Amino acid sequence: MTDERAYPDSVAESFPRPPREFEDREGRTIDVRAWEGDHGPGDDAFEAVVEMYVEFDPADRAQGVPPVGEDRIREWLANLFEQDGYDVLAWHGDEVAGHATLVPDNDSTYELAIFVHQEYQGAGIGTRLIEALLGHGQERGAEYVWLTVERWNRPAVALYEKVGFETAAAESFEMEMAIRLN
Amino acid sequence: MKVLLGIGGADDSLDALHETVERAVETGDEVTVAVVENPDSDRSPDDLVGVARETLTEAGLEADVRQLSGDPGSSIVELAESEEFDQIVLGGGQRSPMGKIRLGDIAEFVLLNARVSVKLVR
Repeated sequence: MTDERAYPDSVAESFPRPPREFEDREGRTIDVRAWEGDHGPGDDAFEAVVEMYVEFDPADRAQGVPPVGEDRIREWLANLFEQDGYDVLAWHGDEVAGHATLVPDNDSTYELAIFVHQEYQGAGIGTRLIEALLGHGQERGAEYVWLTVERWNRPAVALYEKVGFETAAAESFEMEMAIRLN
Repeated sequence: MKVLLGIGGADDSLDALHETVERAVETGDEVTVAVVENPDSDRSPDDLVGVARETLTEAGLEADVRQLSGDPGSSIVELAESEEFDQIVLGGGQRSPMGKIRLGDIAEFVLLNARVSVKLVR
C-alpha cells in the first residue's frame, strides 16, 4: 500500500523552527518546543504528556489512537518514543496542550500525527504545532511525511491542506495525505 | 450459527482465524474458512489453506476450507449469500507505525457490500 503513495513533486516551503512562543485566541501564552533527548516514564514532560492523553476526549480519537486508559496510553507512548522520530509539544505553563509527532517508517519517510487537548482546540494552536513539527523535521533532514485522516474529519483535513499536504490516496475510508519537506 | 471466515494472509486475518476457532469450540459455531488472494500479503493461498486446515483440525472442528478465486471481497460476499451464512468474520485491520488502525481493502469492500452481519476481530 505504501508504495502507491503519491508524494508532491515540489518541496514545501520552509517551516518555522521551534521553539515558538505565541498568544492563542483565548489569550493564553503557548510555548511550542521540540522534545529532544531521552524521555520515558518518570520525567516531568513524559508525565505531562500522559496526563494530556488520559484526559483526552474519546470523541476526538482517530483510528484507535490515542488508546483509552492510562496503562494502554503509557504502552503506546513508550512504543512511539522508542522509534526515534521527532516530537514537538505545545506547553501552557506546565500543562501539555498538544503533541505532534513524526514516526519513522523507513529512512526517508515519516508518519505524522497531531493531538490537541479539547480545552485548547479552536485557538490556533494546531497550526503552530504542526508547522513547528514540520520545521523541526525539515531541519533534521526528514524528506517525506505522510498521514492518514478519516475523510469526514473536515477540520483536520483543512489544517493539513493549509500547511501544504496534498491528497496521496483517497479510495479508502481513510484518506492519505503527503508532503515533501526536503 | 454458520460463520464464514475470510482470510488473505495479512497478520490480522491470522488473528481472526485463531479467535474464530477458539470461539467455535466454545459455542459450537459451524466455521467455513474462505482463503482469498490478498495482493498486500506475502503468504500464498496454498500455504493458507494448509494453515487453516491444521488449525481447525487441531481444535477438533471439521476442516471446511475453500480457496476462492477472483476479486477477494466480492467472492466472500457471494459465497456468504449463496450458502446462507449468518455472519462473515474478517481481520480487523493493521496498525500503522504510530499505531493507527487501517482497515484492509477487502474488509472495506465486504463491510459496504455484504447483506449479512460482518464481524471484525481486533
